[in-house]
Amino acid sequence: MLTDLFADYTLRTVALGSALLGIVSGVIGAFAVLRRQSLLGDAMSHAALPGIVLAFIVTGSREPVALMIGAAFACWIGAMFVASIVRTTRLKSDSVLGLILATFFGVGLVLLTWVQQWPTAAQAGLDRYLFGQAATLLERDVIAMAAVGLPALLILALFWKECAILAFDPDFASSIGLPVRLLDALLTSLLVVAIIIGLQTVGVVLMSAMLVAPAAAARQWTDRLGVMVALSGIFGAAAGVVGALLSSTAERLPTGPMIVVCISILAFVSLLLAPRRGVVWAWLRNGRLVATR
Amino acid sequence: MTSEQPAIQITDLTVAYRDKPVLWDIDLTVPGGVLMGIIGPNGAGKTTLIKTILGLVRPAAGQVLIYGKPYAEQRRLVAYVPQRSSVDWDFPASVLDVVMMGRYGALGWFRRPGKRERELALEALARVGMREFAHRQISQLSGGQQQRVFLARALVQDAQVYFMDEPFQGVDATTERAIVGLLQDLRAAGKTVVVVHHDLQTVTEYFDWVALLNVRLVASGPVAEAFTEAALRATYGGRIAFLEGRLPDAGAGERRTGVVVSS
Amino acid sequence: MRKEARERIAHTRKLAIEYMNPLTEIILIAVVTAIACALPGVFLVLRRMAMVSDAITHTVLLGIVLAFFVVRDITSPVLAIAAAAAGVATVALIELLHRTERIREDAAIGLVFPFLFSIAVILIARYAGNVHLDVDAVLLGELAFAPLDRYTLGDVDLGPRALWLMSGILLMSLLLLLLFYKELKLATFDAALAAALGFAPAALHYGLMSVVSLTAVGAFNAVGSVLVVALMVAPPAAAYLLTDRLSHMLVLSAAFGALAAILGCLAAFALDASLAGAMAVVTGLIFGAAWVFAPERGLLAQALRYARQRQEFAQAMLLVHLLHHEATPQEAVECDPSHLNEHLRWDAAFTAQILRRAEQRGLLVRQKDLITLTESGRRLAAQTLGGEG
Repeated sequence: MLTDLFADYTLRTVALGSALLGIVSGVIGAFAVLRRQSLLGDAMSHAALPGIVLAFIVTGSREPVALMIGAAFACWIGAMFVASIVRTTRLKSDSVLGLILATFFGVGLVLLTWVQQWPTAAQAGLDRYLFGQAATLLERDVIAMAAVGLPALLILALFWKECAILAFDPDFASSIGLPVRLLDALLTSLLVVAIIIGLQTVGVVLMSAMLVAPAAAARQWTDRLGVMVALSGIFGAAAGVVGALLSSTAERLPTGPMIVVCISILAFVSLLLAPRRGVVWAWLRNGRLVATR
Repeated sequence: MTSEQPAIQITDLTVAYRDKPVLWDIDLTVPGGVLMGIIGPNGAGKTTLIKTILGLVRPAAGQVLIYGKPYAEQRRLVAYVPQRSSVDWDFPASVLDVVMMGRYGALGWFRRPGKRERELALEALARVGMREFAHRQISQLSGGQQQRVFLARALVQDAQVYFMDEPFQGVDATTERAIVGLLQDLRAAGKTVVVVHHDLQTVTEYFDWVALLNVRLVASGPVAEAFTEAALRATYGGRIAFLEGRLPDAGAGERRTGVVVSS
Repeated sequence: MRKEARERIAHTRKLAIEYMNPLTEIILIAVVTAIACALPGVFLVLRRMAMVSDAITHTVLLGIVLAFFVVRDITSPVLAIAAAAAGVATVALIELLHRTERIREDAAIGLVFPFLFSIAVILIARYAGNVHLDVDAVLLGELAFAPLDRYTLGDVDLGPRALWLMSGILLMSLLLLLLFYKELKLATFDAALAAALGFAPAALHYGLMSVVSLTAVGAFNAVGSVLVVALMVAPPAAAYLLTDRLSHMLVLSAAFGALAAILGCLAAFALDASLAGAMAVVTGLIFGAAWVFAPERGLLAQALRYARQRQEFAQAMLLVHLLHHEATPQEAVECDPSHLNEHLRWDAAFTAQILRRAEQRGLLVRQKDLITLTESGRRLAAQTLGGEG
């Protein structure tokens, strides 16, 4: 299998793209999870669908960069709707997330089915963004992913301590003069970047797992923020590569779901068996599963 | 920073959440070098007052000056201890990480905390008696220890004015005494300390300055002058019972009050 | 699915002559489905469990797939039971993870459902690709074909199977709602009190989750899993902005769901687009209308109230300010009309406006460089303070 990885050009591209997606979504997702926004990514990735289709309608091409820009806009608008509805109504955030997720997705479906009646063949394959199709990744797609993903990681590194303090104690961050709203917008934008990178590989439906699961796994192994974020990226990347390789071993093993299964299993194993925080150890100590640390 | 300039000067401050006024036309002057308690019933706007001073809540009217200038220009002079319950203590950070956050304001953008910040943080931890917990994960701390960590974070800010929101909430008696001792040390060093407090029994013991608040400012000044039965009645309305003794008259500040609030 | 789907839609239309009227039947199925989703949805929204419905609607697929491998019959009722069981198991798994205190509830939801859904998708892609179980259909629904699948008794056509199924689920929901209304209400608003009274909130909770799962199973045949979320969350969310009473909220949610179903179907027929998608869009629009126009809590009402209260509040603030400084040494400075805006941090125009309004109401008198309260102004100021103190 490993020799395949080096010999097979397509497989190498797919594995590289999945690894890239894993790193970016793992690192950025860690901040989302720490800021109690685990499900915001789910709503935002579903909200990307109408953006993808609209971008296609406007440009008439399936050029991934154009579709990524459309998706990014739609994600941002979805996130802004969530924030403003939570601020101006008495609805709790879970209802608002469900609402935005489902209605944006509905808009996407209407547009998608409408476009599909067009006589041209260009729109064929837009629906692969539902579950992603890693096998279709080309070298230029991976370059595009790197071109937005790596700067996003660099920006996070530059504003590391500000983002850390915002995640831990926003009031204190504000009291020492940090522009909390701007930083919040920055972290939301990074989340958008992570999502649009993942759309082609795992698709809008399963993208949230790439944001939540690596962070949930990494948190169990360490109590240090830096280590957690790094581990989260590594876990994401490892799951990306392994999932892509596994799906290439047999016919009809979709890549996106395979990657999600890999990262989820990693998260469950971490929850059960990580040293110190592992639930199994607490269980053995206290004789019950639900125990305090 | 002349000594005759008040540490905090609040004029005509009104704060409203949507349509409901939370603070009404507050005028409050706090001289430098006092240890002040903000006292009042639940919903009196104590936390809001602090948050407004710190610019976390926008006032509907009025202004706040710290040593003669708006807060935005005087941030370096101010340290803030939020309520302990306002953060997630399962956050992946060590005690030292949290205390070093107190230096972030002084560090500015893009600079990482280094050796100096570490030493300052360890020093502050030693002052609150938490030196040996520096590398402990914060979720493994007791409530009192968490409060001490927050206090250490404020200490490394090396400020002139300290604001603390309910620092004695849910802490053990030892910690409470230790914190009071530290606050009194800060005052002795010429700092101004403002504490949101709700235990009337300990007011005269802990503080030398007091502000009685219930949406509007009922009284403020030296404890001996402002912490009177009449002012307490005005602050707490009918929810107060006087068990024994009398409140201190002007000049007899040392006597215990013996007041309980029945709510 | 696309090309094939179009052909099947065309086929459906041809059958319109043969059967009574498939379009009416589609709308009828959509309405019943929407109402069946909206009723349990009310409790999901009130109990802050809306995203749990998102999880359930995805993971029921795993139950269906696993049951299909056992019984090898796509029409078997075992599938529905297994699907509902998978939904309840999802909820239990999320709670178990959450209660280990290793991750928060939202992270637990975000971890569990993509995992189970992925397994289902892989199983379908790998082993069930040729049978009537395709992921697109589960995700997107195929309401358009529902009239094709009919119950017949001998030669008598009893109508579409989906209509029977959803009506049955709706009736069951209604029955349970009537039986346990009081308990549900109490457990939703005060779980601790409900427990103290012996109402077993845990049993109610899992009962509700079972209903949600069953409804999701029935509904996603018709509208697809993501859009079940739209029907479960959006109508109750809109209703929640319009009323405080549980009974009204239930009725309003059902009405909004039905409205969305009718308008959505008509729009979809006109555009020849996804029925489920169009219904979801209409639920979103209904919510949007409630958000903007709700009489008490809508954005417009909030803005109007804010503008009015800003005026009243500013006047009251001015009166309180004047009262505070009345007959004090600073009166000449604090109550000087030309400096007032500085003291209150208002801009000059706003200060002038407020002064004028207050003067018109006879609350204060303006002299050359001093404003004094009238008796009624003083009373109002004292009242303002007294009311708050």
